Amino acid sequence: MEILTILIPVSLILGGVGLIAFFWAMKNKQFEDPSGDANRILMKDWDDKPKP
Amino acid sequence: MTIAGPLDQDSFDTGHAQMSACPACVAAPSAERIAQMAPPKDARLMFSLPMAHCAACISTVETGLQAVPGVHSARVNLTMKRVSVDADPTVTAPQLIAALKGVGYEAHELDAGLLSATETDKQGRDLLMRLGVAFFSMMNVMLLSIAVWSGAEAATRDMFHWISAAIAIPTVIFSGQPFFKSAWASLRVGRLGMDVPISLALILASSISLFETIYSGHHAYFDAAVMLSFFLLLGRYLDHRTRAVARSAAEELAALEVPRASVLLDGAEVVRPISEVVAGDLVRVRPGGRMPVDGEIVEGASEVDRSLLTGESLPVFAGVGMLVSAGEVNLTGPLTLRVTAAGKDSSLHRMADLVAIAESAKTKYTSLAERAARLYSPLVHIMSFGAFGYWMWQTGGDVRFAINISAAVLIITCPCALGLAVPAVVTAASGKLFRKGLLIKNGTALERLAEVDTVVFDKTGTLTMGAPEVTNLADHPRPAVEVAAALALASSHPLATALAQGARAAGITPADLTDVQEVPGYGIQALWRGQPVRLGRAIWVGAEALDQTATYLAAGEGKPRAFTFEDRIRPGAETAIAALKAQGKDIRLISGDVEGAVANLAGRLGIADWMSGALPAEKVSLVRSLTLSGRRVLMVGDGLNDTAALAAAHVSISPATALDAARTASDIVLLGQDMAPIGDATRIARQATRRMVENFGISAAYNVIAVPLALVGSATPLAAALAMSLSSITVSLNALRLK
Repeated sequence: MEILTILIPVSLILGGVGLIAFFWAMKNKQFEDPSGDANRILMKDWDDKPKP
Repeated sequence: MTIAGPLDQDSFDTGHAQMSACPACVAAPSAERIAQMAPPKDARLMFSLPMAHCAACISTVETGLQAVPGVHSARVNLTMKRVSVDADPTVTAPQLIAALKGVGYEAHELDAGLLSATETDKQGRDLLMRLGVAFFSMMNVMLLSIAVWSGAEAATRDMFHWISAAIAIPTVIFSGQPFFKSAWASLRVGRLGMDVPISLALILASSISLFETIYSGHHAYFDAAVMLSFFLLLGRYLDHRTRAVARSAAEELAALEVPRASVLLDGAEVVRPISEVVAGDLVRVRPGGRMPVDGEIVEGASEVDRSLLTGESLPVFAGVGMLVSAGEVNLTGPLTLRVTAAGKDSSLHRMADLVAIAESAKTKYTSLAERAARLYSPLVHIMSFGAFGYWMWQTGGDVRFAINISAAVLIITCPCALGLAVPAVVTAASGKLFRKGLLIKNGTALERLAEVDTVVFDKTGTLTMGAPEVTNLADHPRPAVEVAAALALASSHPLATALAQGARAAGITPADLTDVQEVPGYGIQALWRGQPVRLGRAIWVGAEALDQTATYLAAGEGKPRAFTFEDRIRPGAETAIAALKAQGKDIRLISGDVEGAVANLAGRLGIADWMSGALPAEKVSLVRSLTLSGRRVLMVGDGLNDTAALAAAHVSISPATALDAARTASDIVLLGQDMAPIGDATRIARQATRRMVENFGISAAYNVIAVPLALVGSATPLAAALAMSLSSITVSLNALRLK
């Protein structure tokens, strides 16, 4: 059962990383236009070079 | 003081805090300062794009807008169906709307100032943040709980409980705040809202679990507490989003009413806010402008379009001495009005008062969710306290056991599914309707729409486009049409524009004319091969007036020729009416227009029950008498004359081109031109209501099974978790079945 002393902090830290990533996404307006973003990956406009 | 207030504020804001004894001394420099402080900034324009739906649309719209000189960048938001444009201040909205039309997209301007207020949707972000935290905790606590349920013993179990407590209690405190606040608010006014049992369950579950953990008990409900917060917040968030999307799109279509008027002061035009215009002032209205006030024409001749006020589709002649009302559109020549009534006394405002009266008379609709909550809240409290009392008596005063049971009852009956039952369906249904081009502005609109059995349509601007179309171009010899087309090109009168458009569509090249001249209020005259030609009113060209919409051409010898027009039916109107009829709805047409035009349209659309020449008050009384006879009326209209009827109806729809007041009064806004979605809307609304009732049934069924278990004391945390998650998921899946 000693393994728990490593596994539980690991699982909590991983969860915390996910939570921080979520906060970051919220702050950076990643949820403004979900259906637009889903469609934008299908566009061929900037396939050769990134948008300036 | 009222004047000094804002000025003090202003000087304070700009860092010049010295107060001036005379407000006027401050006023002048402060105006200058404001001008210096705000150099011409890049314009930020926003448009609603009801037709955008795919990746190709994004590309076309963005490249199309970027091709317009002066546009820096354009970005489409497909979720909200809008595009925001950064451009030079010289670029105007009509220019971009034309560019968008050129690439095949219908667009309406949105008020960017108002939009920025909702764009930073603070409440929504706040809820989403709490939802995210609850989700994180739920996952972690569930992981630990599974270990306990699968047989962790003694010290291990206690440790797991302690870690769960460390995660769950801060989460409940943070994520549960929306519920605690609203529960407190409803308790203070002495009501038992849905949030009271929710808050009680959250608090009781956390504290009893903490108590059990301290005394190394077997059962802790930490997972239930966080799961409750998560599912309930999810319902709350969905609910909020539906309303936020609707609000932002419906109320921010830029205002059509003119807030300002050009007042003539000693021969010079001064632009004034309408509130400062008084009776007796002289006001100038340019062609294409909307009358800001009621007044008498003292100079100029023109034609006015009254369609939004009265529903008349034909422009009316306006000359010196005639009275015009606020809201009418001046078509051909500049007019000078002597103001008879402005602001609160104007006819526009009186119409708005009529709306206010209709709104206040509207009986408040009790939604399904409210009815369910009314039944549910007392029942849950009674059961929980009953269980507590019974087990106290049965066990001879074992408080710990009795509280455990009553907490279990509260947790299991907690309205996870109930909280999701309506928002999940409304989200699914309004998303579906939004993709079809209908915007649900009001949360209960879907439920009310489902009950509708009678549909009342307005004519001009609703069933028709409010734009005439020439009908007998082929009846005239080609040279006559060429001359008419050339004359029509010189005017912006709706009939002339329609004639020119019709001729262009028929491939006719306009004749060469000289000395083209528009006579405001009458028509256009010119010289063609040295002969005078005229296009315009019957009396002016010397023709006999027909009893239908027409303009007349006098060219050379022979009788003047009449070009007749018909108002174009809105695309999808036939489909919508056929669909509504197929659903067994009673269809009526009520219009302020003349009998001939209304009868004609009713015949074309197959509406048997119609009424013409109706005044706004008559429209309201028709809707009201239908309501009194036990019918549920859906009113579809766009004009100011419909506004009161829209407010009085059980549920109402208006097109995006409608006047502000009409859109505000209606529950649903039709975003595109096509009317066909109305037929789908009633069908989807009926389905959605059925799903809501089913969802209530599902959550009730889970309770019927789980509550007895909890009452007899055999509900474990595992059973509670299962009941809660299964019912919530079933309810959400049921909502997604909507077609």
